Amino acid sequence: MTGSAEVRDEAALIAAILAGDTRHFHELIRPYERSVYVMAFSMLRNEAEAEDAAQEAFLKAFRKLNTFRADSKFGTWLISITLNEGRSRLRRRQIVKMDSLDTPAEEHCHVTPALLRDWREIPSEALERKEIRSLLRQAIDELPEIYREAFLLRNVEELSVNEAAEAIGISVGAVKVRLHRARMMLQKRLAPELKSMSPTKRRWFPWF
Amino acid sequence: MVLECKHVWEQISGYLDGSLDAETLEMVQKHLEHCEICSAILDSTRNILVLTADDRVFELPVDFSERLHARLEAEMIKEPGASSDA
Repeated sequence: MTGSAEVRDEAALIAAILAGDTRHFHELIRPYERSVYVMAFSMLRNEAEAEDAAQEAFLKAFRKLNTFRADSKFGTWLISITLNEGRSRLRRRQIVKMDSLDTPAEEHCHVTPALLRDWREIPSEALERKEIRSLLRQAIDELPEIYREAFLLRNVEELSVNEAAEAIGISVGAVKVRLHRARMMLQKRLAPELKSMSPTKRRWFPWF
Repeated sequence: MVLECKHVWEQISGYLDGSLDAETLEMVQKHLEHCEICSAILDSTRNILVLTADDRVFELPVDFSERLHARLEAEMIKEPGASSDA
């Protein structure tokens, strides 16, 4: 079977589901199972809750499929529903960090990056890959919410800047600003720690 | 116009997304050619994005898909017309 034989007509699937043939919903969502779960897990960092959130997101998508507009991508719409599901769970768990209350105004926050004159001269201390993963996840989790969301949509979900704007419901310019802040905050926080990795651990950085 | 470092930092995210206009891109590239500090900031930021992408590749919970479709099936039976008359 060739790839071209499998071209999906999502519009037709959606029309069939709305006409009452709901079995097609299974087929419609199959390509998005992973991206929805990854988004939920990236927000919640808990397997069981992420799975439940992903299920809820798909159910909500089913229940309000008639509100889907064909001028957006179905995948982006699903991720937007997942984002909202993740947000409400974070609030329910009351782990939304206090800093979301005093998130700096968009226009008045400049992040100065970490200056690393010796980025290419690497000291000895080795960090295991899982330590790096844990450092990275912690740094992402601690970003102010609006920056974290933009970062996850763009760099974890790999949405385009325009799609990320659509998923959050803000302008493209605002997404770019949030992304920039998120990335600079992560650089500032992580670069000094990652710099201390040993050369053998850095072999999966192709730039050195 | 010559860019100062702090102006280049403002463009790093756009540079990594390939969304800078031609004029800004050229100025940033010229600056990066001779500025090790900004090059290091660019490299380290790019590394973080690569690490983030690496971290996305993990196994879904065992039988995630089966449980999802079973739950959908059960809910659809309860509310077969939900999507059309919501």
